[in-house]
Amino acid sequence: MLVFSAVMVVCARNPVISALYLVYAFFNSAVLWMLLQAEFLSLVLIFVYVGAVMTLFMFVVMMLNIDIEVLRKGFVKYLPLGLLVVAIVVGMMIYIIMPEHFSSLAAIKQPANYSNTKALGMVLYTQYVYPFEIAAVLLLAAIIAAISLTHLGKPRRKVQNINKQLSANKSRLRIIKMPSEKRSGDESA
Amino acid sequence: MMSLNAFLILGAILFGISFAGIIINRRNLIILLMCVELMLLAVNTNFIAFSHYLNDTKGQIFVFFILTVAAAEAAIGLAILMVLFRNRRTINVDELNSLKG
Repeated sequence: MLVFSAVMVVCARNPVISALYLVYAFFNSAVLWMLLQAEFLSLVLIFVYVGAVMTLFMFVVMMLNIDIEVLRKGFVKYLPLGLLVVAIVVGMMIYIIMPEHFSSLAAIKQPANYSNTKALGMVLYTQYVYPFEIAAVLLLAAIIAAISLTHLGKPRRKVQNINKQLSANKSRLRIIKMPSEKRSGDESA
Repeated sequence: MMSLNAFLILGAILFGISFAGIIINRRNLIILLMCVELMLLAVNTNFIAFSHYLNDTKGQIFVFFILTVAAAEAAIGLAILMVLFRNRRTINVDELNSLKG
């Protein structure tokens, strides 16, 4: 199922559908991580990726409103090359990780009261405090960069400028002298 | 229970698919970014499989940091994409040739 959804990410005609299949792929791999007893990370994958990053992707895809057909033109042209390269790469990887190289490793059964989150936290906040703080600073830098890149300057707001109102004097008032006019209705009466 | 090889092969296939996506969809920048995300997912799956079968938490710590960096990368990449689209009205890679002399 994960492989199918990954293929659909690549092959879907519409970027919105492609993004939705990517969400599906994330859910599938979250379930796989849960099977591998990495509960905390699989929940983080769902929350962070499906909740935040993919929402961002969907926003951008819908905001950009691109012409899809132009972008699809090279699909058939590059397809044989892509499939060839991928066959080579995947074949090599699968050959390397054939079962005889890794057969000695067996699954480790954790006790029932084992808490993955607790174990992660114990290591993360003691041994890896410094990388953790660097990651926090990195996220801050990403926030600032994203905002400053897409910010459009001061938006047009309709607020009172009190200072300008108070400093107004009579110089901007212009008095015009003009003769009074008779309305056409008065003449007939 | 699946063996370690199954997870490694799955990671390899996933990596290969996203690699194919980068080669095939080389005109569409959004799909390129999605393929990079898929590649990182494959790598993370490998890390978690090893950390489970070797009974070592370090792999999961590493996945944690990879997730952080990937989120930052996606945010900045999409911001750059927005600015690019605003300036050039296209995200076709072939048309982004303004640096050419």
